[in-house]
Amino acid sequence: MVSYLLIILLVASIASAMAGLHRARRQRDLATIKVHSRPIYHALNAAIWTGVPAFVFLLLWTLGEASIQDMLVLSSFPGADQLSGPERDLLISEIRQVQAGNLFTEPSPEILAAVDHLKSLELIFNWAMVAVAASLASIGAFFGYRIIQDRYQARYSVERSVTWFMIFSSIVAIITTLGIVSSLVYEAYQFFTKVPFAEFFFGTRWEPQIAIRADQVAGQGAFGMLPVLFGTMVISALAMAVAVPTGIFSAIYLTEYADQRFRSVVKPLLEILAGIPTIVYGFFAVLTVAPAVRSLGLSLGIDAAPNSALAAGGVMGVMLIPFISSLSDDAFAAVPRAMRDGSYALGATKGETIRKVLLPAALPGIIGGVLLALSRAIGETMIVVMAAGLIAKMTLNPFDSVTTVTVQIVTLLIGDSEFDNPKTLAAFALGLVLFTITLGLNLIALQTVRKYREKY
Amino acid sequence: MLTDTAIETKLSSMTNQPSIKMRGEKVDVFYGEKQALFGVDLNVPEQQVMALIGPSGCGKSTFLRCLNRMNDTIDICKVLGNITLDGEDIYDPKIDVVELRARVGMVFQKPNPFPKSIYENIAYGPRIHGLTKSKAELDEVVESSLRKAAIWEEVKDRLQEPGTGLSGGQQQRLCIARAIAVSPEVILMDEPCSALDPIATAKVEELIDELRVNFTIVIVTHSMQQAARVSQRTAMFHLGNLVEEGPTDKMFTNPDNKLTQDYITGRFG
Repeated sequence: MVSYLLIILLVASIASAMAGLHRARRQRDLATIKVHSRPIYHALNAAIWTGVPAFVFLLLWTLGEASIQDMLVLSSFPGADQLSGPERDLLISEIRQVQAGNLFTEPSPEILAAVDHLKSLELIFNWAMVAVAASLASIGAFFGYRIIQDRYQARYSVERSVTWFMIFSSIVAIITTLGIVSSLVYEAYQFFTKVPFAEFFFGTRWEPQIAIRADQVAGQGAFGMLPVLFGTMVISALAMAVAVPTGIFSAIYLTEYADQRFRSVVKPLLEILAGIPTIVYGFFAVLTVAPAVRSLGLSLGIDAAPNSALAAGGVMGVMLIPFISSLSDDAFAAVPRAMRDGSYALGATKGETIRKVLLPAALPGIIGGVLLALSRAIGETMIVVMAAGLIAKMTLNPFDSVTTVTVQIVTLLIGDSEFDNPKTLAAFALGLVLFTITLGLNLIALQTVRKYREKY
Repeated sequence: MLTDTAIETKLSSMTNQPSIKMRGEKVDVFYGEKQALFGVDLNVPEQQVMALIGPSGCGKSTFLRCLNRMNDTIDICKVLGNITLDGEDIYDPKIDVVELRARVGMVFQKPNPFPKSIYENIAYGPRIHGLTKSKAELDEVVESSLRKAAIWEEVKDRLQEPGTGLSGGQQQRLCIARAIAVSPEVILMDEPCSALDPIATAKVEELIDELRVNFTIVIVTHSMQQAARVSQRTAMFHLGNLVEEGPTDKMFTNPDNKLTQDYITGRFG
């Protein structure tokens, strides 16, 4: 229903733009003074007046419609005012299910009456929606058409509308972030009402296998996040140890040493590396790298696990090379030629020029790339799930198997889970920790760059 | 009766003609397929200022950049012919280009201080060449270079501030100081004043005149007045050819070539 209305609205806007264009052109030709705005602006203005108010109405209406209907149905339902919040939710969802034809048991006569009520309400709501939208569109079209005069400042009006649209777009991102953060914070708060703060942050045992049903045999459960955090740090450190030097050196080679032909082949290849799905890297890690790491460890006399941090971290490092290399490459290329010339003219070698002039000048870009890569490393899940094992162990040994924050979040949320169980809620607390770490890293990096950057 | 060479020698000793610092013979330069210089023969006299003039695209900057092999940094550029510094062929494979550029410094059209402090800008050259043994010695080199470039008084209290924060004219003198700090024998200047206002230009010109005592200077300029003011010898380029070369007074009062006459008086260019 709404989608038809939206299409009709679009057509109406275009029609009103055409009419507006026609009128504006005629006005311009008749005008004795210079007209303020070109006809296209009058046309756009007419289209905005026709389409936007009705569109905004439809948007708000579809968002609010259901809850108003629910309220009306419940208010006439016998005995509904004595029900608690969750019970009311259950009742209304039962009514909706029956209306949609999903019958599990024979519904009671009260429910059937409520369904009839809901049906009639929906009919009224639909007609009301059509009527209001149509009148908004026609009033808008009429106004937008009539206002076209030689001195009317249609260009200003259009530009203002565009500005508002841009403001709206930028606010969407902010609101989404705020929404995600607040839901994280809320669920994490629920978790901390069940598990003490100190146990979560300083506990060294991570055993979230607690009994879901009363008759189930399971451990008591321990929610110390340190081993999991350790895993994340070990794997990220290994990944960065692979990715940072490789990425930066390849960027230096590509911008400063390689000839044009080599560059034009290698750069796209590096970018392909960034396009490989992480699950494919996961296969590679678990089937090829992990056994190799294990045999390497055994040959060195280290007791290496079949799934190791080194395998996951190393493959993740390879995955991150293109991020660092591509951003560093751009940063080097952005350093003006005059800087290089200045250094060469003083008799500096290529190496000295790169080390002392290019690297400091390109530092912000390089740090940006490294941070992007680090955030990816901390948030990466698939490779770790496949290649690093699931054992939460507090270890710095790269040949041991470890688990990370993201992997634990996945395992906590898999399967049937209740939202009043600390096992489920722990996922949100871990998510919040992860979010805080990434945010903190970004802030630190911003400060570092501001302090050490050499601005040209 | 004296031979021509004998007369030249005699004349040169009479007028106290300086010796030749750099010598270019039949210099051809190609950028890819395009030839930019055609058999240029030009000598740079020691401890004098030589101005290279000519309309845009005539090859004067190209010639300048051959003198310290800055053209090497352009992949498609090819230099033929013979260029010597104190009689040594600078395009000889045995010559270390790093060493050459330490002896033949360069100042660019647009001031290009490094995004470092004023001190670090000057210390850059001496550090990479290992010219100083101690911090005190380095401090001394920095101060004397800044003094020689006539900018010491303006920056002595803010040596740790970024060089990019100076005004355009100060930046250019900083770049000259940076070049001096390596104690080169020749300084090449590629339109050093084209990005500066008249007051800063006057200061840099004054500085060039003072530097002549210790250094050999080659300057590319678009300003006839500047060439007349700062140089002792002038070379006129046109379409990749050397048109004429001679003492600046003669070039500006009584040039041999009609083209030079027309260019100097502003009839073309």
